[in-house]
Amino acid sequence: MNRRKISFNIVVSMIAIIFSLIISGVFIMILGDNPLLVYSSMLDGAFGDLNALSNTLSKAIPLMLCGLSFSFAAKGGVFNIGSEGQLYIGAIAATFTALLMDGYPRGIVIISSFIAAFLVAGLLGILLGVAKAKLNLNEVIVAIMLNYIVMLFCSWLVNGPMKPEDSMVAQTEMFRNDYMLKKLLDKTQLTSAFIIGILLCFLLYIFFKKTRLGYNINVLGKNKNAAHASGINIGRTIIITMLISGGLSGIAGATEVFGKYGRFIDGFSPGFGFTGIAVSVLAANNPIGIIFTSILFGAMDAGAMKMSYAAGISSNMVKVIQGLSIMFIATPNIAKHIISKIKQAKNKESIDG
Amino acid sequence: MVSLDYIFTSEMLFAAIRLTIPLALAALGTTIIEKSGVINLGVEGIMLMGAFFAVLGVEYSKKPIMGMFLALIVGALLGAIYAVFVLKFNANQSVLGIGLNVFASGITVVLTRNVWGSEGLSESVEQLKGLTIPYLSKVPYVGKLFTNINIYLVILLLLVFLTHWFIYYTKYGLRLRAIGENREAAETVGIAVKKYQFYAITISGALAALGGSYLSIVQNNRFVTDMVAGRGFMAIAANIFGNQTPIGSTIASFLFAFAQAIRINLEVSIPDQFLQMLPYILTLVAISIMSVKKIKYNKKRG
Repeated sequence: MNRRKISFNIVVSMIAIIFSLIISGVFIMILGDNPLLVYSSMLDGAFGDLNALSNTLSKAIPLMLCGLSFSFAAKGGVFNIGSEGQLYIGAIAATFTALLMDGYPRGIVIISSFIAAFLVAGLLGILLGVAKAKLNLNEVIVAIMLNYIVMLFCSWLVNGPMKPEDSMVAQTEMFRNDYMLKKLLDKTQLTSAFIIGILLCFLLYIFFKKTRLGYNINVLGKNKNAAHASGINIGRTIIITMLISGGLSGIAGATEVFGKYGRFIDGFSPGFGFTGIAVSVLAANNPIGIIFTSILFGAMDAGAMKMSYAAGISSNMVKVIQGLSIMFIATPNIAKHIISKIKQAKNKESIDG
Repeated sequence: MVSLDYIFTSEMLFAAIRLTIPLALAALGTTIIEKSGVINLGVEGIMLMGAFFAVLGVEYSKKPIMGMFLALIVGALLGAIYAVFVLKFNANQSVLGIGLNVFASGITVVLTRNVWGSEGLSESVEQLKGLTIPYLSKVPYVGKLFTNINIYLVILLLLVFLTHWFIYYTKYGLRLRAIGENREAAETVGIAVKKYQFYAITISGALAALGGSYLSIVQNNRFVTDMVAGRGFMAIAANIFGNQTPIGSTIASFLFAFAQAIRINLEVSIPDQFLQMLPYILTLVAISIMSVKKIKYNKKRG
């Protein structure tokens, strides 16, 4: 992608966000609140001090990884809406491994658990890829079905076989505190998972720029026939793509478990997988862009409490803003339409002038 | 024992029918929209909006039937907005639907707090009562059919046959199917593709919201946060499992609802989650089998 196209994409993305802020602002006014107060308290809650900032960054972690997961599949031409299910199965696999390996040294447990999360979630991703490539099924439909099946399966596990006998809550036992990821800041939820996320963003950026496989995936995503003609093994490339895409969502689940809870809790994700899609699309599937867009969505989540407290509005207003953002992100042509209108007006002005 | 069994099964049947209604209405909407070649993952969100605005309508008008109408209007409006995003601005439909769901789950809570002062649920409103037909309701055995008639059930049955007739027996239905099957060909023969799609999406929005309103003003008497609880996605599954036909998707909805009724009303040894999974597993298996058959068939033809 050349520089001009990147900056055009950034403008289009910003217009989507600005649009949703304006429309949400109108809603807020109708509800009798002051949008400026709402937004400024939200901003304060997201970036106001070190605690707020670390809260924002910690909330960005699962979104960043799910965003990467989606972007990876998207580059290969698969619309992976199954991230949510992959995240759950990854989280439960990581928890299971950590509980099973109780007593082993910390590093070995963490690495094994993350590998388990990656592989199990990756297998789920492969299943999606096979459904699309071999069975010619609509991957969106298959992924939605798989999401529910997996989430219910995990729910069964923590309500039944994996539930501690004395527990009333649908969750597994906690593994050793010692196995948790190191906190970057005391008394916050910001852990080294953030560094893992950032590293993966750069790694994938380089992967698509510099490696043969990355190039092949890109070609496959752009034009299946061209990929076939240039001798790319399509079946194998899709399987690898979906293994990595699913695996990244699995890692997202593992970082939540190892960074925040120390166990699997039923229904722990408020839809990270779905927001991850928006994070990726907003960044035009660019791994470096995803760092920023995930922090943007993380900031909205982090600012919600402060906003609710200061402006006396439901913290769910954030969902309204996010929902509208996602809708406009899904529709870049609205922004493009406006840009071309502005250009037309400018041209006319310069002619008239 | 026989009579006990009879009561027991008829009760289960009625429970399943009650659970079918919201699902089948939304599934019917999904059938219409997919016949026009559009996919709407926002069904869940539109149902939720329908559930909310139905209660709001009853709250302000004090008339339950107005709640139903308000839900219909809001659903149609959301459908129309969705249609503009998709048809005029060429939106990515899946992402748009996800956005709509997030938006709906947020705005309904925000508005609930604004109107009733509490985040989780609204205050109670008057429910939409069933119709009882005099005399007929007194006839033994069948009398029950004429007592407390569910208006939604009547609407659903009418709509199923109306939609079936429309899609398969009118020229407009033929054109709609043509668009879904081959858009370019439909355009070539001069069908106003986008106009058909616009109406299909709008109607499907209204139906989804109608389904949602059933949850809040018939099955319940208030709005509860996220009360649709995945029924929108289940409706999408029902439509596919029902082979994307009005009657098929209604039967599929009934089947899924029956599984739910078993789950709610019976003590069974199968874990709850597996019964909940059933619709999705069935749908996956069904589309896989169909696809394998199709691939084999195509191979045979060379």
